[in-house]
Amino acid sequence: MPRVMPQAIPIEVRGLVKRYDDLVAVDEVDLTVEPGDVFGYLGPNGAGKTTSLRMMLGLIRPSAGTVRLFGRDPQLSVKALEGVAGFVEAPSFYPYLSGRENLRLFGALDGGGATARIEESLEIVGLAERAKDRVGGYSHGMRQRLGIASALLREPRLLLLDEPATGLDPGGMRDMRDLIRRLSASGMTVLLSSHLLAEVEELCNRVAIVRSGRVAYQGSLDDLRAQAGEEYVLRTTEDGIARRVAESQAGITALAARAEGGLSFKADGEDAVSMLSLALTESGALIKEMSPRHATLEDLFFSLTEGEGEPGIARPRTGSPARGDDPAARASAEAAR
Amino acid sequence: MNPGVLTVYRWELRKLRAQKRTYLGLGAAALVPIIFAVALAARSGQPEDVAFGRYLHDTGLAVPLVLLLFGSVWMFPLITALVAGDIVAAEDRNDTLKGILTRSVERHQVFAGKTLATFTYAIAAIAITGAVALVGGILVSGFNSIVSLSGTTVSANEGLGLVGLSLLFYLVPILAVASIGLLFSTVFRNSAAAIVGTLMFSLLVQLIGILPGLGAVHPYLLSTQFNAWQGFLRSPIDWTPVVRALWVCALYGVPALIAAVLVFLRRDVAGD
Repeated sequence: MPRVMPQAIPIEVRGLVKRYDDLVAVDEVDLTVEPGDVFGYLGPNGAGKTTSLRMMLGLIRPSAGTVRLFGRDPQLSVKALEGVAGFVEAPSFYPYLSGRENLRLFGALDGGGATARIEESLEIVGLAERAKDRVGGYSHGMRQRLGIASALLREPRLLLLDEPATGLDPGGMRDMRDLIRRLSASGMTVLLSSHLLAEVEELCNRVAIVRSGRVAYQGSLDDLRAQAGEEYVLRTTEDGIARRVAESQAGITALAARAEGGLSFKADGEDAVSMLSLALTESGALIKEMSPRHATLEDLFFSLTEGEGEPGIARPRTGSPARGDDPAARASAEAAR
Repeated sequence: MNPGVLTVYRWELRKLRAQKRTYLGLGAAALVPIIFAVALAARSGQPEDVAFGRYLHDTGLAVPLVLLLFGSVWMFPLITALVAGDIVAAEDRNDTLKGILTRSVERHQVFAGKTLATFTYAIAAIAITGAVALVGGILVSGFNSIVSLSGTTVSANEGLGLVGLSLLFYLVPILAVASIGLLFSTVFRNSAAAIVGTLMFSLLVQLIGILPGLGAVHPYLLSTQFNAWQGFLRSPIDWTPVVRALWVCALYGVPALIAAVLVFLRRDVAGD
């Protein structure tokens, strides 16, 4: 086996197209996932995310374009999947075999020392207790976790996950996100497809936003947020003083009073926000709330994926939950949309 | 060690051992000769119009031979199709193809492993029927010499060897049926459709065999090859049907397998 150079690019997708008769499911997609990224592949359902992932894993043939995983073509041989693992849609297993038996099967097909990692993987996803039961009796969340365990058998350097939190209850979602964070912290590159903005925001450093098979935005979330112009909400004990302090503070712009009370402003980076909080405290205007408002990023996402308005022009929204709410509750609110 | 065809094969056998349909097929392969032997013991009559039918009460060696003739109509094709038609389609039903094709085995290795497992199952089914029929037959009618199709008497021991050889050769058309089942399983992606399709194909070929005016094609029908083993029970051995069965069955089975492999290698593994 040729040793793959560590600097090789985990995912390089160029001009990827998948056509089904008249329908273009994936349309000229270019993606680059760098080592160490937690890359969010974000878009509404039916945007072609799963089809793209299937092509990346060599499960379906592209109509045009190329995929390279660490420089190798998954269409030619499963050798390209060395160091790569993941699942598309919900992970599937043999219902008549136990969880552990399923992992033994997949581990055997992985070769190497994969089967020796079964117990460890079961521990990581918290399924050790139920591993002897038939998968036929597993809940959706358990299957999802077994899917991760089965991916971990391959000791992946690149993990591709398709909507890993879909169908999980809020607790399950939180566990799944914690797990992805831990895996990423251990050095794994992760590509995560999702239709949940909150999930991607929470986990990913870079995103591609897709709409009807096309990439509408690709880059870091910070750049996107900057493009959106992040807005902060400020409530203090003395809003009058706060306003004067904020006006004279460097890096604070677009200061305005909010109809529902308090102030709103934009900041050039988080340092400006920190400095403002210090100045406010010193001035005696004590902070009740100072939080970035997500609505602008969310609006950008909707404008990118639904084609309402030009990208970069934020549509004002009211009643959007502010950052700091329970992320799981926010995610389920989004899922319900 | 890198995984390969043998890894897939071992796991396909493991999966077969965990499924009810396997036991249904192998159970039928054991049950039919038992019922046959019991019926034979209970009644004095015998089928005169079937080769070896008249010797059923004289020697147990006739029992597996009569069952081979009887079973070729639909029983063995059905038992074979039960697994052959399911082994690829089941992956579609469970949506597990995406799982095994994103590990470290190539598609052609997966298909080869599945083909070997299917053949192993079919061989096991014939072996079980043969063994149970021999034991049951010998218990009921004794281990005696048998009269060959040429009218010569063959000793019990020699007869046993010929019965073994016949069972072995019976696998040639059975594996052709299995290959067709694999093709249907790969193309239809639906277990029931593939099983019924394989059985229908088998019956249709027999139907062509009894149509008047089509006598010329008769030697080249798949159903005819199920009788080729009778060449071993002539003295001297008649090799003509045996050799013909080998190439005729290859003509049915090999293209079916090649087509199945090509479809399997090229297919998109999408949700539905």
